[in-house]
Amino acid sequence: MVVKNIYEYYAKWIREGKLKVNSDWNKDLKIKFTVQDPCQIVRKSYGDPIAEDLRFVVKSVVGEDNFIDMVPNRSNNYCCGGGGGFLQSGYKEQRLEYGKLKDAQIKATGADYCIAGCHNCHAQIHELSEHYGGNYPVVHMWTLICLSLGILGPNEREYLADDLKEVNVFHPETAM
Amino acid sequence: MAEEAIKLGGKKKSFFIDKVKEILPEGGNLNLCLTCGACSSGCPATGLEGMDPRKFLRMAALGMDEELLSSKWAWMCTMCQRCVYVCPMKIDIPQLIFNIRASWPREKRPKGILGSCDMALRNESCSAMGTSPEDFQFVVEDVLEEYRESQPEFKDMEAPLDKQDAEFFLNQNSREPVTEPDEMVPLWKILHLAGVNWTYGSKGWGGENYCMFLADNEAWEKLARTMVGQADALGCKTYLNTE
Repeated sequence: MVVKNIYEYYAKWIREGKLKVNSDWNKDLKIKFTVQDPCQIVRKSYGDPIAEDLRFVVKSVVGEDNFIDMVPNRSNNYCCGGGGGFLQSGYKEQRLEYGKLKDAQIKATGADYCIAGCHNCHAQIHELSEHYGGNYPVVHMWTLICLSLGILGPNEREYLADDLKEVNVFHPETAM
Repeated sequence: MAEEAIKLGGKKKSFFIDKVKEILPEGGNLNLCLTCGACSSGCPATGLEGMDPRKFLRMAALGMDEELLSSKWAWMCTMCQRCVYVCPMKIDIPQLIFNIRASWPREKRPKGILGSCDMALRNESCSAMGTSPEDFQFVVEDVLEEYRESQPEFKDMEAPLDKQDAEFFLNQNSREPVTEPDEMVPLWKILHLAGVNWTYGSKGWGGENYCMFLADNEAWEKLARTMVGQADALGCKTYLNTE
């Protein structure tokens, strides 16, 4: 048995035509996205090749021109501060101080959204966004893939902001 | 004639860093520091508790064990390995940190991490939220049923538990089934459209391992073996991390 990460397969399934994603929904909206490279998946496990897969997926679903990379990135990316148990350690003040660098990195991209594929990153960056007033929404990869496929229902949009709550809604009548 | 050389100290003491060097491959390169500071300049934890990775390693090298082992900084370094990535000598500071965490009496380690580890040890789900296999199964089946009905294009969508010989064994962060079950659905839809043969496990479905963050070696190994053991028992080819 091998241990793999799903980003690699998202990219594979898009390349093979199994997931017919496109970025038309964002052609006029031009909403900008940046992406967090999770330390565990990129630097610590699969290296730059999976970071490339991740970018391929992001660009395929939001549009090449609507993706802005953080600096530094890929294997050289900064940890957000959500890893290693920090989220549950009780040292909240220090955790937010740690995350200042990540928040500044995200703000410098000017992106409207930050994509975080890892739950620890997602929780931490979400908190950084509120704490430091950037208020950029933080979304999972699966949300944007389904949005671009036109199969994202109204109740699957927890982490989308108002600008995307009504875009490309699948079965809008099921809204709760 | 020159005076006799002065002899320093008595017997060489064994310091904590020596113990860690013994258990790491290549001794973690812990004695190769050039003091260049590349680690500290790019470490987000630099400055917390008046500490940084280079200083921490110097303290270890100097045998300042008391300060080292009691420093809360060991819980503020996330072991992200950026210091290793930029280090010209590839010094494994994160493993030093991990072993310092492991040297703390278990009950003195941060309560939140300890609690999440203990939750995962409660049953065979390995979920940091303590969710039982039965509760997980109920939520998955309930949500699946609801979406099959309300979005008929996905009436054949599956979210199986313990399916034999599936290609992929998927793990699942507990956050979705416990606090926001609708968030599980987009992933299921993607797997459905891609025609993927996959399964969750009733055992070891939890995607978290807080026992590893706690540096409880026996416990994290037990969780990891439960997760992989279930995937193996089902005959899955690939253990797929979903985050």
